[in-house]
Amino acid sequence: MLSDTGQKLYHWLDERFNLTPLIDYMQHKQVPVHKHSVWYYMGGVALFLFIVQVCSGILLLFYYQPGVDSSHESVRFIMTKVNFGWLVRSVHSWSANLMVFFVFVHMFSTFFTRAYQKPRELTWMTGFILLVLAMTFGFSGYLLPWDELAFFATKVGTDIAGAVPLIGEAMKIVLRGGDDVTGATLSRFYAIHVAMIPALFTVILGLHLLFVQRQGMHEPEAFKKLKPEQKKMIPFFPNFVLRDVLLWLIILNILLFLAVLFPWELGPKADPFVSAPEGIRPEWYFMFMFQFLKMLPAHIGFMEGEVAGILFFTLGGLVWLLTPLWAFKKRGKVDIMLLCGLLVIAFILVMTVIGYVY
Amino acid sequence: MKNQNHASFLCLAAMAVLVLWAAGLRAAEDDPPLSETDQCLSCHLDDDVMPQDYGEHDIHMQKGLSCAGCHGGDPANDDMDDSMSPAAGYVGIPDKKDIPRFCGKCHSDIDFMRQYQPAIQTDQAEQYGHSVHGAKLMRGDTSVAVCTSCHSGHNIMPASDPRSTVYALNVPETCNKCHGDAQYMKKYDIPTDQYEKFKKSVHGQALLEEQDTGAPACNDCHGNHGAMPPGITSISHVCGTCHINNMEYFAGTKMAAGFKKKKLHGCEECHGNHEVPKPSDKMIGDDKSSVCAQCHESGDKGFLTARVLRTRLDTLAAAYRKASVMKERVNSLGMDDLDIEFILQEAKQSLTKARTMIHTFDTLKVSALTTEGLVKNQQAIREARVQIEAYYIRRKGLGASTFIITLLIVALYLKIREIERRQKSTTGEV
Repeated sequence: MLSDTGQKLYHWLDERFNLTPLIDYMQHKQVPVHKHSVWYYMGGVALFLFIVQVCSGILLLFYYQPGVDSSHESVRFIMTKVNFGWLVRSVHSWSANLMVFFVFVHMFSTFFTRAYQKPRELTWMTGFILLVLAMTFGFSGYLLPWDELAFFATKVGTDIAGAVPLIGEAMKIVLRGGDDVTGATLSRFYAIHVAMIPALFTVILGLHLLFVQRQGMHEPEAFKKLKPEQKKMIPFFPNFVLRDVLLWLIILNILLFLAVLFPWELGPKADPFVSAPEGIRPEWYFMFMFQFLKMLPAHIGFMEGEVAGILFFTLGGLVWLLTPLWAFKKRGKVDIMLLCGLLVIAFILVMTVIGYVY
Repeated sequence: MKNQNHASFLCLAAMAVLVLWAAGLRAAEDDPPLSETDQCLSCHLDDDVMPQDYGEHDIHMQKGLSCAGCHGGDPANDDMDDSMSPAAGYVGIPDKKDIPRFCGKCHSDIDFMRQYQPAIQTDQAEQYGHSVHGAKLMRGDTSVAVCTSCHSGHNIMPASDPRSTVYALNVPETCNKCHGDAQYMKKYDIPTDQYEKFKKSVHGQALLEEQDTGAPACNDCHGNHGAMPPGITSISHVCGTCHINNMEYFAGTKMAAGFKKKKLHGCEECHGNHEVPKPSDKMIGDDKSSVCAQCHESGDKGFLTARVLRTRLDTLAAAYRKASVMKERVNSLGMDDLDIEFILQEAKQSLTKARTMIHTFDTLKVSALTTEGLVKNQQAIREARVQIEAYYIRRKGLGASTFIITLLIVALYLKIREIERRQKSTTGEV
């Protein structure tokens, strides 16, 4: 009976939207299996964590009230009075961090397997934009509980944005909604966090997934060279999808473990009139930039050190975004791209460690 | 065209104002220092014969009064004989006995003083006349303190200036210069260990160790310009200036009337004077270490009252400690302790109120407050238990969810294997 209804519904939809070719395509889609296959799942994990973010974020929205007099209080209310509010908030915070982490892992795995090469240039670029948007998610969400550390970290963060040549000051004022971090900043960050970035993220993510589905998984060089009968493949559905779900469940277990055993704390309420507390630091994924800017001398040539640092990261980001357009091909045993990638990872790791240790 | 003319005129006018303003600033910057225009300063500095205690931050100097402001003479005349002649109004160095009147010339004249501070006090000299120092000076004793003894002669700064000898934190040292000198004080036959005792007292610790300028220094109890030891009737008023409730509660007791009759100092009898220790619950009760036992004997009414009061306080203090330990446990578990903190603050307030209410020696009134505090402590303990229980429930919940999700993972893994086995058997490959 149910099956009949399902069939009828499918025919009804197929008649109107011509679904059969799409279903056929999905049924025949294959995923390569090789020693680097594990990296195929990283994007899926990031996607799963994004879904967790959306769900937990919507739940938080039921109670969160943006405002200087209500943000901190409503987050405290969520954590102490709302049933499972503590869990939802903790999951949201942990999941945000894990998502950024897996987006980084996904990006570097793509870089090292040279998956950005033709015809996947746009997949790489949309992926990089998603990383930037994920970091913006983190930056804007950090302020929303309106606690002391977040307040001062946002002050420092927007000050850095203000040092950008020509447009910096205007950008800072637009971000802050005035000269200083106030209730106006909080409202803006809220709008950015729950409306602007989600809308943009969803569109870019849609494109990214569409590209991945249309072009299929990238095959590493060694795998490509194999004869068709030597290539080990598994169907995308159900094999790959079920493996994806299996990993998602493991990640869900880890996420719950972290959220319950290490609940995300809420610091004292922000007070703009007290002096900045010790230990102000951005979230870990901004630490390498923050530390590098801190270590720069006051002046580099004719430029202020901070301005030079911002220019360095802007240009670096642009070069990274355009990787498919300039990437060097592997010549013999010399793999310049591998060296580039390792150098970037070493830079990020060293700066982050220095930032936390000193 | 007309508008352009107006604009040019406005620009010129603005520039002229700016130039004049800048010139004015320049002129102000170029004013020569007092040491060059004031002949007293000029010569005394050149000849290095300035008073030993001279300080350039002296308030009189800062206000442009210079030497002639007090000593008279003509500071504009560079001829020493003329400028320091009686004809020029020179009065020279005053005798110690004349100093209060010498300073009072200006400081008791409100018309003169209000040009410096509209609400300034001008009764210092009059108050001094009523002080022990002032009375002895009038009787010809020039060993006593005069204005310059405390304020210095030539380095006087407002009492609000931390560098001043009469700044709250410096007052005990200033008084101790004379009062701590056994040789100097010998003829007055009064103790000289006040400062040493004060340093150890709860007031001294707060003032000198914690730098709390709200804590009392010598002048807050003895007065400053009208300084004298407080009498039997005034002692509780002295303490009551800050400890208002304690004073009022005690004043209404039979004990206060009894003390008065026996000429005993109110607060001082139990708390001491310069060496006031930090009060503790041990001060009350029926054991030998309590202050009650100093007068009351076993079995008398006061002795029994003291025992009841001590029991009430001990019960509440113990309950408060227990609730605080529970709160710490909640905090260490990473659970929310804010509500418990608020309840405990109320419990602490009840304890403080009960400790103050002790001064009525009324067991019913004290019991009412300790009962209120006990209820609050119980509430805090209940709330703490809820939080601790929630902590373990969360862990059990995590265990259950981990188990279920792990089961799902295993089931899914088996399903994948089954699918792949089936695919292999039908197609011969995966």
